[in-house]
Amino acid sequence: MNRTIITAVGKDTPGIIACISSFLDTKKINILDISQTIVDGIFNMMMIVDAEGMDGNFDDLISQMKGIADKLGIDIRCQREDIFDMMHRI
Amino acid sequence: MINISEAFETQNMIQHENLDVRTVTMGISLLDCSDGNIDRTCEKIHSKITRYAGNLAKTAEEISAEFGIPIVNKRISVTPAALIGASCCKTTEDYLKIAKTLDSTAKELGINFMGGFSALVSKGMTESDRLLIESIPIVLSSTENLCSSINVGTTKSGINMDAVRMMGQVVKDTAEKTKDTGSYGCAKLVTLCNAPDDNPFMAGAFHGVTEPDAVINVGVSGPGVVKAVLEKIHGQSFQVLCDTIKKTAFKITRVGQLVAQETASRLNVPFGIIDLSLAPTPAIGDSVADIIHEMGLEQCGAPGTTAALALLNDQVKKGGVMASSYVGGLSGAFIPVSEDQGMINAVKCGALGIEKLEAMTCVCSVGLDMIAVPGDTPASTISGIIADEAAIGMVNQKTTAVRIIPVIGKKAGEEYEYGGLMGTAHVMKVNPFSCDEFINRTGRIPAPIHSFKN
Repeated sequence: MNRTIITAVGKDTPGIIACISSFLDTKKINILDISQTIVDGIFNMMMIVDAEGMDGNFDDLISQMKGIADKLGIDIRCQREDIFDMMHRI
Repeated sequence: MINISEAFETQNMIQHENLDVRTVTMGISLLDCSDGNIDRTCEKIHSKITRYAGNLAKTAEEISAEFGIPIVNKRISVTPAALIGASCCKTTEDYLKIAKTLDSTAKELGINFMGGFSALVSKGMTESDRLLIESIPIVLSSTENLCSSINVGTTKSGINMDAVRMMGQVVKDTAEKTKDTGSYGCAKLVTLCNAPDDNPFMAGAFHGVTEPDAVINVGVSGPGVVKAVLEKIHGQSFQVLCDTIKKTAFKITRVGQLVAQETASRLNVPFGIIDLSLAPTPAIGDSVADIIHEMGLEQCGAPGTTAALALLNDQVKKGGVMASSYVGGLSGAFIPVSEDQGMINAVKCGALGIEKLEAMTCVCSVGLDMIAVPGDTPASTISGIIADEAAIGMVNQKTTAVRIIPVIGKKAGEEYEYGGLMGTAHVMKVNPFSCDEFINRTGRIPAPIHSFKN
């Protein structure tokens, strides 16, 4: 399993999760967990996904996700889960 | 499982508080490159470094993208060149050949600094060491990415004052030869006492003879992250202050540990150490001086600064040690004046001078770092400053160093802009009284006694 965390931050508009999810579907990336909050109209979302067996490499994922982020006018980042685990878990 | 607030805490550190991995440094032994012929030696050096570090920059960039953490510098440290050149370097020109080989290899591999144009002369100097030291001004003015370091003292063997005297003149000559760029050559030259074998930070990095054939050492950063958490705990007790720094240092260091493990594994090279140093940059907020300000001092340099820095240094180590399997290098808080916007401001407003910085170096790594002084400062005065720092290191069993820049043509109070990580040098006033007679004595200062501590 190649657990990756996708975070999205930006002005809340309809269809953000739909857009990201359908893109992940085309990449054969499985969503394991999802949580979101909206604070003062700012959309915050975190997805944990399994990128094992995805189409393309990690660089492609980052650059294609950047294209989606630009289209939605929000910030989306993809990072391997290890960095969060290392920082927040002993 | 990671929750949303933890995910955004990490991202906030990276995006807004300048959290990064300051350097991934590959140490490479060149002991097997030594040859009686200088040209063959240079070929072997190029071949060995390329073989080990050919993919260093690319691998670091891949890791940076996957984990979303900036890796600012990719560097290489090599065996002190004076050891490699001993069998083939008969003139300073020969050392220049080795230097140019190292420099061009660094450029070829996309490495921003190569460390190891070094000599270890704490007790005495071989002819090879002497030639290397004499070649430093021409080497640093003819190369771009090569750093030089000379270890002039250790706690066990004392201080080689002949080397200290030479280094004062070498610093001056290097400044003169690079005067068109604000004497920039001196920013790539450091004089050390108790130099560690596994330091990933420049300009003092070299690959010690006790190290394996190749190794990955990582230097973390994060003054901006520490400053940001301290902004939230004004007025609270020292216990809260210490615990907050420790917890933050732990988080910062864990990122370094992850990057080090990944890099070592992908390049099939052993992981060496994490250097726990808090390394500032000229970016606003990424400053050790600002951390001291957040602790409650009006300016870095005010009474209480040494105590605040001692506390910071100790808590960073306590938090960092638990976060990493192996800790080494310099490990402490850096106070490079020109590279830290808070330090520059403190110097400008008169809060911080060389004497206070010297006191601060007693409790933190590394020493008088990136200090600009007037271009007409005598060589003997620079030697005196080096001797003072070496004495602090020798007596306190710690690493100390001097990276001082006599900016030719500049007087106290003037500035020179180096740009990038080197920042802006504000030329500092130097004590005008002479130490000529003391520096001109020959021989060594003996090792100190390790009992009757006072």
